[in-house]
Amino acid sequence: MLLNNCEQSVSRRPSGTDRWLERILRLAGILAGAIVVLIVLFLVIEAWPALQTVGLTRFFSDPSWHPAGGPEQGRFNLTPMLVGTLLATAGAIAVAAPLGVACALFTRFYAPRRIGQVHHRVLELLAGIPSVVYGFWGLVVLAPLIAKLQPPGQSLLAAIVILAIMILPTVALLSEAALRSVPQAHLQAAHAMGFSRLGVIFGAALPAARGGIVTAVLLATGRAIGETMALLMVAGNVVQVPHSVFDPVRTMTANIALELGYAMDHHRSALFVSGLMLMLMIIVLVGLSEWMGRSWSRG
Amino acid sequence: MMLPTGQWSDRVMALVVWAIALMVVGVFFWIVADLVRHGVEHLSWQFLTDSPRDAGRAGGIGPILVSTLLILAVCLAVSVPIGLATAILLAEFARADGWLGRSIRRSLDVLAGVPSIVFGLFGNALFSIYLGMGFSILSGGLTLACMVLPLLIRSAEEGLLAVPDDYRKAGAALGLSRSAMLWRILLPAATPGLVVGLILSTSRALAETAALLFTSGYVDRMPESLFDSGRSLSIHIYDLAMNVPGGEGRAYATAIVLLGLLITINILTFWIADRWLGGRITR
Amino acid sequence: MKLATTYIAYITLSLVLLAAPGCGEGESGASSSGDGLRGKLVLTGSSTVAPLAGEIAKRFEKLHPNVRVDVQTGGSSRGIADARRGTADIGMASRALKPQETDLTAHTIAMDGVGVIAHRDNPVQSLTDEQVIAIYTGRVSNWSQVGGVDAPITAVSKADGRATLEVFLKHFGLSSPDIKASVIIGDNQQGIRTVAGDVNAIGYVSVGTADYEIGRGVPIRLLPMDGVEATTANVRNGTFPMSRPLNLVTHGTVSPLAQAFIDFARSSTVNDLVEAQYFVPVAD
Repeated sequence: MLLNNCEQSVSRRPSGTDRWLERILRLAGILAGAIVVLIVLFLVIEAWPALQTVGLTRFFSDPSWHPAGGPEQGRFNLTPMLVGTLLATAGAIAVAAPLGVACALFTRFYAPRRIGQVHHRVLELLAGIPSVVYGFWGLVVLAPLIAKLQPPGQSLLAAIVILAIMILPTVALLSEAALRSVPQAHLQAAHAMGFSRLGVIFGAALPAARGGIVTAVLLATGRAIGETMALLMVAGNVVQVPHSVFDPVRTMTANIALELGYAMDHHRSALFVSGLMLMLMIIVLVGLSEWMGRSWSRG
Repeated sequence: MMLPTGQWSDRVMALVVWAIALMVVGVFFWIVADLVRHGVEHLSWQFLTDSPRDAGRAGGIGPILVSTLLILAVCLAVSVPIGLATAILLAEFARADGWLGRSIRRSLDVLAGVPSIVFGLFGNALFSIYLGMGFSILSGGLTLACMVLPLLIRSAEEGLLAVPDDYRKAGAALGLSRSAMLWRILLPAATPGLVVGLILSTSRALAETAALLFTSGYVDRMPESLFDSGRSLSIHIYDLAMNVPGGEGRAYATAIVLLGLLITINILTFWIADRWLGGRITR
Repeated sequence: MKLATTYIAYITLSLVLLAAPGCGEGESGASSSGDGLRGKLVLTGSSTVAPLAGEIAKRFEKLHPNVRVDVQTGGSSRGIADARRGTADIGMASRALKPQETDLTAHTIAMDGVGVIAHRDNPVQSLTDEQVIAIYTGRVSNWSQVGGVDAPITAVSKADGRATLEVFLKHFGLSSPDIKASVIIGDNQQGIRTVAGDVNAIGYVSVGTADYEIGRGVPIRLLPMDGVEATTANVRNGTFPMSRPLNLVTHGTVSPLAQAFIDFARSSTVNDLVEAQYFVPVAD
């Protein structure tokens, strides 16, 4: 129920402050909403030269990615990197979503109060470790471990593991918040009906918190798509479609970070085209979730 | 709907959940143990206050710490008011199917997924070049504000939505104006959600590298104003670990400091919020 | 009310921090203020040159307390573009200027050799140029084909556009699409870590850096090139074939302040700084 509706039911003329309040709030909202529009505009402006001279189809049909030769000789195929981004993200979500929700359940339902608090703190700290630290740890600890199984170590698998560790706190913390906001009454009713703890969780808590949890997963997916530095250091950066999880991949974000400082003219513009493609992926993701009936902002 | 209600499945589930929780904590300790093992020898009071020498391999991180805090301050000073206001707008004022509410939500959802490097490029173009701030702490802070906005708004909104309608009805029955109701009842009650959002946003901001490299820059001198360029802790960690030969030890030490900073901010935020609300935040 | 207070607390904290720099450690103040140099210089470009430029800048600022020299990164291409546009006073590039870059002037401040490295436990002691080419073009993919153990080769190469890659390509007469790498890295350190972590890896990095890491016990080895040992001494006397200059790049007329800085950076007074970054000084 909204404040708006409260107003109508009490039939009171809104005070002067209220009108100002609403104006300020609207302004803030429009400002917040305008940012992403500006970003897309910026990307389009920077990507335009490449889109014009190279043309969109070549970004999918060229034989490889070697953009430095100028618009004619250069090769601009983005598909392997698109696949790299999708696989790394999908893998990370497949791991982090269930584990994250499990952690949320742990803190909310299974752990004694103190232990739950500690676990919550640990998750908050995990969320604060910089991506460079994760990347470095992945480079010097994880990749050599994977290399023992199958060289070279820097691979899709390393990318998935590191990414999963990075987004798990987001899923866990936001899911926990969603579980906490389930009214006690729901849970008590379930208990009263004789359900075991498991039954209360799957029958009452999770369904009620479903919106918040889906939101958490979607937010984490967005974060995974956008991760740059850590993947740069552990994914191997070879532009290819991987045949196994042990093959190196390059994500589109890592590509931008890797090549931007050394790219001139059309190469640089081509990198912005990949940036636009990333935005498109996010927009599709948002569209999908809206079609599924939930905005990320409203559980 | 068949629900697993047996004792046996209950136990298995408990086991699984405990195992997962322990594994996550285990990974955390693995990483932190690594950090501590390689970095603790460089930690000292001098390290926190001295300026870096020899490309960061000697001396300390004093100016970098200050730059980081300033960038964070700018980020929060800008994003908290705008974020809170937008959250209030979305939770309390905009009709769910209204045009404005829907557009803002969609736009925020997309914003949440923008890669950090795109933020860096965008921030560089808008704040550093177009608005003329150059490489500066201000530019970095504003860019980070854009980045944490969706996170902040979402948490604040969840917090507001969790407040029972009874509060609003009671307020209306008492004849309170909307502003008064917001200020005195809803916002205080929604504080736990807000605090979570604040902490998550701070973590995200502190952990950022790519977005700051092109906005607040690389200079490791003590900043004299918000218009000076200033290196953040995460950029320093990156430089020491990947760019400067022999810098890893101090990179680890800096990472420990960053985690320490995070813990301090967490505790401070809870303490301040808790104190001013008379211990009403329950976990 | 309470939230406003929290907000105010944050603001106050930031104001306090703003005041802090004023009472923090400042410049020593004591030095010849009679030279009259004042102003601000901005350098952008290569992240390889940046740490060196940063240290030279600090020393320069101590000598001229009214000068500020800001060093930013962004890559060699960024440095060159900024020098051209005037967004930076001086650009930093970790390579020689290309033939089409005639509008720019390069001022070399150091040399950096590029050597091939392998894991210390790899029995292969040296490789001929043809063998290196064969490995990096994918024709040879097992160490046994070049006198080593029976294991697949992990060829580590640098990302497109990097100066180290271009030096490598130029020396071996290859072009970027010819390279078939197993892992592609961005920074030198990543290359060193990758080779150190994989017994069957081969890569190429800055000679000075590799030397230093070997001295620290990192399990890598520099392979000789054309029979010449990969040492900084050999890079200095010119016998080592693969090397690249580290340049400060300017466009058009150079301001007196920028010229003073460039001269300082090229003088022998900063040789110790150059060597501290494991590069080879060019001034005697």
